[in-house]
Formats: sequence, structure tokens, C-alpha cells
Amino acid sequence: MSEMLLPSLILIPLATAAIIAVVPSFFDKQPEKTEGFYLPFSGLIALAGSSLTGLVSFYVLAEFVVGEGGFQFTSTTPWVDSVGLSWAFGVDGISLFMVVLTGLLFPIALITTSAHHDSKAYHVWLMMLMAGSMGAFVALDLLVFFLFFEIVLVPMYFLIGGWGHGNRIYASMKFFLYTMAASALMLVGIVSLVWLTSGADGPSFDYRVLLEAVTADGFAAENETALTFIFLSFALAFSVKVPVFPIHTWLPDAHTEAPTSGSVILAGVLLKLGTYGFLRFGVGLFRDQIETFAPLFLTLGVIGIVYGAAVATMQKDLKRLVAYSSVAHMGFIVLGIFALNSQGLQGAVLQMVNHGLSTGALFILVGWVYERRHTRQIAELGGLQKSAPILAAVFTLVMLSSIGLPGLNGFAGEFLILLGTFQSGRWWAVVAVSGVILAALYMLWAYQRSFHGPADGENAEMKDLRPYELAGILPLLFLIVALGVYPRPVLDRIEPSVEALLQTTEERPERPGVEGIVAAAEEAEEHGDDDYGEDSHSEDSGDDSHAEDKDESHSDEDQSDEEPADDEASEKVDQ
Amino acid sequence: MEIAWLIPAFPLVGFLLLVLIGRRLGEPVAGWLATIASAGAFIATVITFFSLRGESDHAKRFELVEGFTWINAGDFVVDVGLLLDPLSITMSLFITGIGTLIHLYSIGYMHGDKNFSKFFIYLNLFIASMLLLVLGDNLLLTFLGWEGVGACSYLLISFWFTDEANASAGKKAFVTNRIGDFGFMLAAFFVFVELGSINYDDILSRSSEIDGTVGPFSTSTVIVLLFMLAAAGKSAQLPLYVWLPDAMAGPTPVSALIHAATMVTSGVFLLTRLNPILAEADTWAVGSIAWIGALTGLFAATAAVAQTDIKKVLAYSTVSQLGYLFLAVGIGAYVPALFHMITHAFFKALLFLGSGSVIHGLHDEQDMRRMGGVKKYMPITAFTFIIGWLAIAGVPPFSGFWSKDEILLYAWNADSVGGKGLWAIGLVTALLTAFYMTRQVILTFYGRTRFFDATPEEIKQAWQNRAAKPAESLALMEADRTSIVETMTASQNDIDKYEALLGSPDAPDDLEKLLEKARSINAKARSAIENVTNARDKAAEVANKLEKEMATAIPTTHTVTALSAEPDITAIEEHLPQSYRDRQEYHPHESPWTMTAPLVILAVLATFGGVLNLPFSKDLHFLDHWIEPSLFGNAFHPKFTGSSQIGLAVVAITVGLVGLFAAYQMYYKGKANPDAVEKDILLNAWGLDSSYAAFMGGPGRALFDLMAWFDRTIVDGVVNGIGFVLTKLGSLLKYTQPGYVRSYALGIGAGTVLVAAWFIGRLFI
Repeated sequence: MSEMLLPSLILIPLATAAIIAVVPSFFDKQPEKTEGFYLPFSGLIALAGSSLTGLVSFYVLAEFVVGEGGFQFTSTTPWVDSVGLSWAFGVDGISLFMVVLTGLLFPIALITTSAHHDSKAYHVWLMMLMAGSMGAFVALDLLVFFLFFEIVLVPMYFLIGGWGHGNRIYASMKFFLYTMAASALMLVGIVSLVWLTSGADGPSFDYRVLLEAVTADGFAAENETALTFIFLSFALAFSVKVPVFPIHTWLPDAHTEAPTSGSVILAGVLLKLGTYGFLRFGVGLFRDQIETFAPLFLTLGVIGIVYGAAVATMQKDLKRLVAYSSVAHMGFIVLGIFALNSQGLQGAVLQMVNHGLSTGALFILVGWVYERRHTRQIAELGGLQKSAPILAAVFTLVMLSSIGLPGLNGFAGEFLILLGTFQSGRWWAVVAVSGVILAALYMLWAYQRSFHGPADGENAEMKDLRPYELAGILPLLFLIVALGVYPRPVLDRIEPSVEALLQTTEERPERPGVEGIVAAAEEAEEHGDDDYGEDSHSEDSGDDSHAEDKDESHSDEDQSDEEPADDEASEKVDQ
Repeated sequence: MEIAWLIPAFPLVGFLLLVLIGRRLGEPVAGWLATIASAGAFIATVITFFSLRGESDHAKRFELVEGFTWINAGDFVVDVGLLLDPLSITMSLFITGIGTLIHLYSIGYMHGDKNFSKFFIYLNLFIASMLLLVLGDNLLLTFLGWEGVGACSYLLISFWFTDEANASAGKKAFVTNRIGDFGFMLAAFFVFVELGSINYDDILSRSSEIDGTVGPFSTSTVIVLLFMLAAAGKSAQLPLYVWLPDAMAGPTPVSALIHAATMVTSGVFLLTRLNPILAEADTWAVGSIAWIGALTGLFAATAAVAQTDIKKVLAYSTVSQLGYLFLAVGIGAYVPALFHMITHAFFKALLFLGSGSVIHGLHDEQDMRRMGGVKKYMPITAFTFIIGWLAIAGVPPFSGFWSKDEILLYAWNADSVGGKGLWAIGLVTALLTAFYMTRQVILTFYGRTRFFDATPEEIKQAWQNRAAKPAESLALMEADRTSIVETMTASQNDIDKYEALLGSPDAPDDLEKLLEKARSINAKARSAIENVTNARDKAAEVANKLEKEMATAIPTTHTVTALSAEPDITAIEEHLPQSYRDRQEYHPHESPWTMTAPLVILAVLATFGGVLNLPFSKDLHFLDHWIEPSLFGNAFHPKFTGSSQIGLAVVAITVGLVGLFAAYQMYYKGKANPDAVEKDILLNAWGLDSSYAAFMGGPGRALFDLMAWFDRTIVDGVVNGIGFVLTKLGSLLKYTQPGYVRSYALGIGAGTVLVAAWFIGRLFI
């Protein structure tokens, strides 16, 4: 049963898409004018399917064993044995919340927005998008991951191009080509990596096998150049997806022209594919390269924060402003990842969740304003708090969360990221903290111009939130407050996986310099070889027989340091 | 002492209840609910206070109440717990005490406001945040409260959001404070890196372990400087003070509670709380706190002298008094700082609420030039305000005298940071304080009631109204004259034409008749023109005279004293606009009991607050003894003789009385012209704020615009450029796709050979 859990996250939305596709569009007549809650028949099916998927993801969350860093709910179905391809799925603390976020945001996007034409195709694409996103987050086979990573572009391309605003063709084309071109090389990288690591058991695309291979003794040092190129192919794909400055300009266009649901999913889910990729495959498989390139990415992250905020400040279009705020927020997440310590990484994962909630909610709110006022130009808005006090109150809450007010969700993640960065690169943190000032500036200024001041004309007559709209966004508001007051449920589940990720590589003496060798020798003398080995065993709860065999086979000092790393990896495979 | 949880819990529950059902409760029940929540917190604080006092062992007056773990990541663990010690409980006492009084006051003040219950939602949330700020047992919980009060301040300043000025002031407060938060966060990071913890328990006991360096400075020095930045933001010190004068845009109870008594003291609280770190830092860094405080005090006092808005005077006064607190903390005089913080909370809350009462009674008039003589309409307000004035002006035996005098006394003896200079600046500030507060009391409560006077705008309007009629008749006459002149010219033309025709063959038959008619018209016009011209000249004269009269009669911006005469309106009385007439119907009135009761209680506190720490004998230093466990022996205890103490007190009293007397002579007796002190540059607080605004609006904005342009044109331009080039290349490449199988086969073959060559080549290398 539990083996089917993760595949069902992909299959249910796929099946839903298929059902919608075969139901005649006859059922999907758009009503003349809708005042209340309305979903066409295809939308109802989509809502049911995505809600069911969401429920399964919540079930996964509930059943997830806290305190374990390895993959859970794992399942492997061979696909092409000869090249080591398999449908391998699993979640750990890092992907778990991406899965849950995806399961949460799709139904909410369906309730809070609606397609104005051709709703059948719209819902088919949305469901395919959901299937693709889920697949990318649960895949443990690199090629399967890549397939899902790429496939999500297609439905998003059609959603922007078909149901977007003004300049939608340009935006969707740019989005598709930009991200597609950047990830093409990653396929080469994946195949090269598998080829490099292919050993006695033949090649394998399984992440766990690859992880064991690349962390094996001496592998990283031997293949340094190759790994660097492979890493760069991965990094380019992920950087565009995040997006990292200066390859971010597809984002404001895509966000601004996308329909509201598209923006919500784009910000909440798709951008996370980039940072998730960095976390899972970057930090996991390319630790040396990650460390080498950390200064570069820390710098780009910091630039993203300050630059994104500065450009956001000057935007005239409210939605574009939120899009640029995304650039700044994603900069924080990049910073956390490349801080490479537990505060930074945990903060990054937590912030991935938070950004999905806050920015998703902001896009929904901006969508509502647009739907009512038929403009997103800040200059044409004003005084909306008078005509729509509830909308304004919700906006205020989400805005305060977005600028990282303590007590709301955005703070803990941001603080952990900055703290982590401060420990590994003080000056980057100093500049990044100034982004906190700018965030307040652009959000409050935009709010003032749109919601404060006197209201006239259409602004004075704008309708407030309808009950179903409030109900639709309520789950997000609840989480914004709840995770601010008590982020532990998320942090507790992230922590073991993050620690495991750091451990796999930390305890490996990469390229020890002279000091490193001397230190290791001294340490070994102090503790005695056997002592050290046993210590590390008592800490490990997994089965030790396998590890002990290895322990005996190794005798020199350097390798004894490595034991826990190997243990960890083998444990994961065992699960 | 688990009961301490009730302290923040009461307002928090009040907040949640009001969010859920506040609208339904409506006025005034929502207000009472909030007041009860605040009062509950006060009672819980009092109980905690007594149980802490009951602890005879001083070391035990420092209690941690554990809660739950809030954030954990690796070795970074933050708990939600309370730290109960004399410092935090003292702060809580006056936060909840004054908070409750201001809640009560607000029920009257906010009467009739559409968003009555919303106001109390924010007020309760504010109290809860403020309590977490002072009671939290770690830096992050303090930061939670720190940002929470900032957010409430933002929401309350822009409470009446339809006015752009209020909205801007709210935003400005939040953003300026964020600059301070920058310092707070970095300082917290340093503390964590050095100590591996941000709990006060660890910080206070292990501050000596902070031994790193940052560039040429010790880490503790850098931490202090960063926290100083944070405190300067919250406590409105130079150079970040600019938000506080604008914050007066909020409803007056907010000004009293948040922007005078409580929130703005949190910077001083933070520095006091962290006194062991200050003890580790270099002397110059800590001394700079004192100097910033002294200079801010003087700077703001000079600005207060020229303000005309009753609340702006108090706002600058608050900045100035907070400067004293900074001065005190910077020389290690923590107890005097706390002492003055408490007495200031009493008398400044009193003054603000009093000014609110005046504003309320005078139908939202805030300009002191339009007050005067309010004493007879609002006796309770006036009486209590006068007590507040005596307290802040440093007149013994009112509370402000004792606390301010102690700060000056400590400053005199703080030789390591230039104490004599600090003392001198503090003394000048005291002089100015007495002066501007006396000015305020005279302009508001004494002299003639200028409230009913016609305003300069109304007078101008009236003159324009009066001038309208003569101008109109002048225009009419001018038109008359023009038409007569036209007639004259036309008839003359006719005459000339007909006369030329006389005797010619093609002359019409009735030429004679026509000529006759034209001549008679012309004669009539000629006789009329003179009269009309005379009349017009007369009308013009009248209009000109009026114009001249108007120019001299319309008052320009003016200074006012108690003796200022009523503007002469006899000439224009019937022309004054309706607003003037309406005002004559108003009846300035004393405020309801919900507003005056808090005034009376605060007046009592402002009078007797000095007994907290009387200087006469060691036994009377209650506050000194009580706070001691929170200071870990880091407090500065100057040695001074009784005679120097008395001498300094005499100097301080004299200086205060001089300021008071000078203002009395100028504003009550009219012995000197106020123009001498009410300079525009002081009104604009030396132009600092406006130069910030000019910078942000000018180069700052230009820089941001440049970045937005860079993004649009350069970064995205490159992308689009590549796209364009690729499209062109693509259309070239189509020639490589002829569609013939053989050419594809060739390509495949060639490729295979190349790859094979590469593999084989590798074998040999």
C-alpha cells in the first residue's frame, strides 16, 4: 500500500486530466455572468482530483516518520534494466514539504481563480502540471526526475499562452525556450554522471546508488574536472529555474502575463524545482563543486536579494512587483543553500514552503484586484482599503508575512538563512540583511499607493471579498500564522534530512591539505583507531553488520573518518 | 512562577477575541473588553512583582519560566520563555499600568469612529507585543516583540488611512525602524557566533567570553554599536529620529502609549538589558551612546521651541527626553535612566492625553496659535496638564525634577566619556525644555481664547468676497462705457459717409433723414460718455482702495502670544465664510470621565513619582536596590559629596526657572517678540528630515530607476538579443536541412567517425 502512495500522487492528477479530456465539453458551458462561486464541470473534476491528491500528500505528511533523515515511502519499479533506469520514488524531509505544498496549492488555485474560456483544456493542463510537479519532487531516479522537470514546461507554456494577459505569447515562448535551453545540457550531465559512476553492477540512474558512488573513496578527487562540468550543467538548469540573477528575466514576464492560477503555481511550485534541484542533487552529489562555487552563488543570491528588491520598488504594475519580490525571496533561498550549514539549509527548505504560501497568496490577491478593477497599474489604484476592508486586511497580513515579520511564517526561514550565511560568509549576510529593509520599502509603498489614501471612481466601488473567496484563501492565512508561531512541525521533519545531507559529505575528508592530514593523524593517535570506529557505530542506529565488515577491511587513518558517511549511504539504500 | 504567563496572555486573548467578535461587540463593549484584558495583565504583573519582591535573596530575583521550543535548527535553539527580573517586571508594570489607563481613555477618545473595535484590536496586540519584548528570555523573542510593536505602530499611525499624510507617516515609521532592525539582526548573529546561544541567561552570565575581533574592533564593541543602531531606530535618536515627529499623525492615545510612554523606550530597555555586553565593549563605543543621546536631546529641544502644532511640540519633546535616557545609559547610569523612563512615561503620557483632550474639546484643532484660554472650558484637563508641565520642566518636587537631576548628576561625574560636556548639553536642554513647555502651557491654556477668531484663510476669503462686488460693478461700467464708445464711433462713421454722399447723384432719397438720425445718436452718446467715464473712474478707485486695504489686512504667517489681539474684522464681518459662523456656535467642552479619570491618575503619578528614588538617603533609593540584580554590578556609581550634589541641583533648578521665566516674559507679558526664537529653520528641525527626503526622492530614486532600467534594457536586452540572433541563425540553418536522406546519412556518418576518432585517440593519451 505505502509503495503506491507516491506514484498515486502522479497518477491521480494524470487520471483526472484524462477524465476531463474525455468528458464532452458540452458540460462546460460558461454561464453569462457569475457572481458567486462557480466552477464548470471540468473544474469540479479537477478540484476533486487535485483535492484527492492533496489528501494523499497530507497522508504522506502524517505518516512520515519524524527523526529519520533517509527516504521514506520508497518504491522501485524497474524500467529499462540494462541501463539502470527505474521508476524509483521516495520522499525525505526536504521533498516532503514540496509535495505537500503542491498538494495544497493546486486545489486552492482552482477555488480562488477561474478560466474565462475553454475551461476544459485549462483544467487538463493544470492537472498535467500537478502530475509533473509531483513527479519531479518524488522521483529518485535522475532521468525520471529530468523527465518531470522538463515536462512541467509544456502545460505551463500552454497555460500562459492560452489563458494569460496582454503579451502572453511572447512571455510563454520566452519562458519555454529559456528554461528548456538551460536544462538541455543537464541531460548530458546526467548521462555522463551515470557513465562515470557505472561500476561492477552496471550503470544506475538511482540517486541513492549515485550518491554512494560519488562519495566513495577517492572518486571525487579522481574525477574532479568531469564532475565540475557535470555540476555546471546541473547548476545552469537549476539557476534558470530558481531564477538566479542575471538569468531571471523570463520570470517577471511569465508571472505578469500568466493567469492567476499559473502565477500561483509558478511561484509556489515550479520555482522550487530549481532550489530543490540544488539541494538534492547539487549539495548531495557535488559537494566539492558546491563548495568551490559557493562564493559565486552566494554573491548571485545576494545580488538577487538587493537587486530584485530595488527593481521591485520601481515597478508600476502590481503583479510585476510581486514577481520581482519573488526574485529577491528566491535569492534568500539560494543564500541558505550555499551557506552549507544546518541553519542555512533548514532555513532554505522552510523558506521554500513560506515563499510558496506568501507569494501564492499575494498572486491570488493581486488577481482578485485585477478581476475587480481590470487594471494592475498601481497608479490607477488607491484607497481600496475603504471599499474593500477585508481584502485589505488579508493583503496586509500576507504582506507582513512576505516582509518577514516575526510571528508570521516568513521570519523563521529568513532568519535561519541569514544566520547560516553569517556563519559561513559574514559579508554576504551583511548585504543580505539590507534586503530586509528594502522588502519593507517596496511592499509598504505599493500597499500605500494601492490601498491607502482617498478612493475615487471605480476604486470607491470595488467589491470586497466574497465568502467563498475568503474561504479559499483561509488555509494559506492559517498556515502563515501557524508556521510563524510554531514552525517546529516543519523544522523537525526537515532537520534529519538536512543533517544527513551535510553529513554525507562533511565527514569525508575532501582533498585534505597538509594541516588536514596532520590533524587527522593526531586525532587518530589520541583516540586510537578502534575507539573512533566504535564511537561512530554507537551513534548509528541502522544495522551494523554491513558496516562492520567494511570497518575491518579498512585500516588506515583517513578512511576510518569516512565510516559514518558510508553507513549513512548504505542505510538509505536499505530503506 | 507560572502566573507570569498571564501577563502577555491577557492582551493576547483580548486581541484574538476582538479579531473574532470585535465588530459584533461594537462600541463601547469592544473597548471595555480590551481595557479589561490590559487591566488583567496589570494585575498579573503586580502579583508577579510582589512575589519577586518577597524573595529576600537578590540572586533569586532572576527567574526563568520555560515554555516551548519555538525554532530549532542544528545548534540554534530558541525557546519561548519568560525572564522575570526586576528590570522586566518594572517595564511590565508601567506598560500595563499606563496601557490600561490609555485603553480607558481611548473609549472616550475614539467614540463614534467607524473602526472603533479595530482600534482596540491593534491596541491589545501592541500591549502583548510590548510585553513579549520586555519579558522574553532571549534576543529573538525580544525581536518578535520589537517587530510586533513596530507593526502595530505602523497600523495605528496610518489608522486614518484616507489621508495620504497619515499613510506616509506609518510607512516611514516602519521603514526607518527597519534600518535599526538591520543592526539588531547582525548583532544577534554576532552574539550567537560568539556564545552559541542568544538566551539572555547565557548572554548575561557569559558576556566575558565574547572575545573575537572584527577588523580593528573587538566583537563586543561591534555588537554594542549594532544594538545602538537598533535602539536609535526604536528610540528615535539621531540620525534615525525622523519618523517620530511624523508619527503624531496617529490618533492621540496612540501617540501617548506607543510614541511617548512605551515603545520608544524599548531601545533604552534593550541596552539596559544587555549591560554586561556594554561593560565588555570599548569605552568610546559606549560613550558614543551618551553623546548621541545628549546631542539628540539638544537638537530636538531646539526644534520643539518653534513648533505650532500642540502634538508636534510634545513629539520633539519626547525625542529630546529619550536623548536623556540614551545619555544616561551611555554613562552606565542605568538606574537614573530607568527612573527617568518611568517618570517620563507618567508625565509625557499625561501631557499627550491632555493635548488629546484639548484637541477633542476644540473640535480637532491642533494649532496652538488658535487655542488660548482653554483653562476656563476644560479645568480638569488644564489642571492636570499644568502638573505635567511642572514635572517635565524640572520644578521640584514634581517627579521629573528628581529623575532628570539624577541623570545630570551622574553625567557631571562621568569623566571617562567627557561627562562635563554631557552635563552642559543636558543643562541647556533642560533650559529649553522649561522654555518650550511654558510656551505651550501659556499658548494653550492662558490668554484670550483665539479659537473663535477668524482664521487667516477665512479673512482672506472674506476680503475676496467683499472685493467681489465693487469689482463686478467696475466691470459692468467698463462694459457700458465700451458699448457707448462703440456707438459713438459707429454713428460718427455714418455721419461721415452720409455727408460725403450729399449732393451726389446716387444719394438715396431719405439721406437728409438718415443724417439727422445719425447726428442725434452721436450727440446723445457724446453727452453720456463723460458721466459714464466718471462713474467708472470712481468704481476703479473704490476697487483699488479695497485692494490696498486687503493687502494690509490679510494676516500672513504669524507668531502669537497670550496678548495677541483679535484680528480686526469689522470691515468684512458679513463677508466671512460659513466655517467662521459655524465655529461661533461651537462650545468647547471638558472631556468625558473616561478621558479625565486617566488624566487625574497620571497627574498624581507625575507629582509623586519622584519617591521611587529620592536622593536624600541611601534608604530612599528604592529603585536602586530593586533593579540591582538586573545590572550585575555594571552600573556606574559616581562618588560625589553632598555639597556638590546640592550645588548641581541648585544650578539645575535655577536653569529650569530661567527658561520658565523667559517664556513667561515673552509669551505672557509680551516683553519680547517671539519671532526672535520661532525661526523657520527650527520649525523644520534644521532641515534634516527634508534633506533625507530630498536624497531619497532624488539620487536614491534615480539609482533605483537606473536599476529598473538596467534590468529592462540591458539584462533582458541581452536575452532578447540572443533570441533574435538565434532566430536569424535558425533561418540560415534551414539550408542545412534540405530534406534529402543522403545528406543526413552523410552527416551521421561523419559524426560517427569523429566520435570514434575521439575515443580511439583517448586510448593513446
